[in-house]
Amino acid sequence: MALDQNQVRDIAELARLQIDETQVDEYQKNLSSILDLVDQLAAVDTANVEPLAHPLDAVQRLRADAVTEDNQREHFQQVAPATAEGYFLVPRVVE
Amino acid sequence: MHNKTIADIARDLHSGEYSSVELTQHMLQRIEQLDSTYNSFITVTQQQALAQAKAADERRAAGNADFWTGVPIAHKDIFCTNGVLTSCGSKMLSNFVAPYDATVIDRFNHVGAVSLGKLNMDEFAMGSSNENSFYGAVANPWDTDRVPGGSSGGSAAAVAARLVPGATATDTGGSIRQPAAFCGLTGLKPTYGRVSRWGMIAYASSLDQAGTLTRNAEDAALMMNVMAGFDAKDSTCVDQAVPDYRAELNNSLEGLTIGLPKEYFRDDLSADMQQQVRNAIAEYEKLGAKVKEISLPNTHLAIPAYYIIAPAECSANLSRMDGVRFGYRCDDPQDINDLYKRSRGEGFGIEVKRRIMVGAYALSAGFYDAYYKKAQQVRRLIKNDFVEAFKEVDIIMSPTTPTPAFKRGEKTADPVAMYLEDIFTIALNLAGLPGMSIPCGEVDQLPVGLQLIGNYFDESRLLNAAHQYQQVTDWHLHAPADIA
Repeated sequence: MALDQNQVRDIAELARLQIDETQVDEYQKNLSSILDLVDQLAAVDTANVEPLAHPLDAVQRLRADAVTEDNQREHFQQVAPATAEGYFLVPRVVE
Repeated sequence: MHNKTIADIARDLHSGEYSSVELTQHMLQRIEQLDSTYNSFITVTQQQALAQAKAADERRAAGNADFWTGVPIAHKDIFCTNGVLTSCGSKMLSNFVAPYDATVIDRFNHVGAVSLGKLNMDEFAMGSSNENSFYGAVANPWDTDRVPGGSSGGSAAAVAARLVPGATATDTGGSIRQPAAFCGLTGLKPTYGRVSRWGMIAYASSLDQAGTLTRNAEDAALMMNVMAGFDAKDSTCVDQAVPDYRAELNNSLEGLTIGLPKEYFRDDLSADMQQQVRNAIAEYEKLGAKVKEISLPNTHLAIPAYYIIAPAECSANLSRMDGVRFGYRCDDPQDINDLYKRSRGEGFGIEVKRRIMVGAYALSAGFYDAYYKKAQQVRRLIKNDFVEAFKEVDIIMSPTTPTPAFKRGEKTADPVAMYLEDIFTIALNLAGLPGMSIPCGEVDQLPVGLQLIGNYFDESRLLNAAHQYQQVTDWHLHAPADIA
């Protein structure tokens, strides 16, 4: 399936990815060829085939709702660029 | 010392032939002298390695040494390491120092192994050539104009160049087996869930699996004895007893039934490649194995299904890289959307952006059923092929790759041509089965890999079969010409 350039721009917006206008043409070509490759799937009869989400068909393991980790705030904050009063500081981006 | 295997080193350290500090100094010096050619390391943890080696020697002197105490290894830069840069080969994480150890790292630290550092890789494990790293391409020690394979290319090149005797690696679509084949190594991708993924930066969570790159099957067994086993921190890790993999290596192969899938011996595979693989299978027959032709009829759908499922999962996993909490952040964002888009646009490389976009598209409203659900249905058909095959055979064999290592730049312009490099490896990840690649010949002085595919949790049989082959052949002993 071939994508047009506006679809490429829309997908990039959906994925929150800035792409240069000069690269749109290359993305259009590459993404279209990848979608051509995966279009082979459309021809396969999958009626009554259960999708396989986990290779071992496993279900999510549950555990007791109990705290199992120690508080390591000071250790984790050692690698942060900026902290204050036990909080991580993030540059203001929303006025 | 650098030509020794893990098993040799453990024996020598035990007998006092050399100390861990002497060995570590030798390996670090070798990395410093040679790695500018291969670019296999992103970070060399010199001081930490020497401190670990000193502690290992002290532990041995005190009579508390384990088998692994003082043995050097190195880790793919996808595993979080406490206090050490964990970049995943990306500009996005080029400032990320992990504040904890992945379970795999923790287990090697616990037995006293010495880590020499973090190994280069395709960005977020996306690639089949190791040309997609923010830290530059890795060179194949067999021919430095050629790729080592991806995405664990740094791990493979470092082991092939004898900079480290063994390395951790990960495999989402062939990223252990393909570089093993290209660099003349033994690579093991275990069953999905056999090794904990906790602390391993996620690419495609239902496919990713940690494994080993070593010089032979015995060393792979030794690494698996440390890595494998249940981890409560990883909800996909399987709670099942772990055998002693080394203890199973010497079992006889008499009566073993080998399945040869006709779809993997295709007409477009070169005659030279076919011949090497067929010669290896003949060796197995001499060892008492029987050969049976089988069919895996949905093989041709593995790559199309993978290139929906893996990008869909990666678009979700990589959404956490948003410039807010950790990793790369753009300068002077105008608003929150600008912060997200420019941080991600500037922080990710082209292949990662390509896969995120395919994933975002496949998961978007209106396309989910046609792409994602369809791919998961096809995935079940692919798994069912293997389930049927393993009713008739004990092990399946095939070539690992369609060609030996190709030249750098040869396939970068065409992503689909690059994706087809993983044509023999990818189906196993979709099914969650274990697989190995072992050296079985050479074409144009470049290594050729034989792929061994096992049933679920049958890593022991794979390692046994690989080891027995390596007892009667010497392909695994061949080294790149420039390695002294």
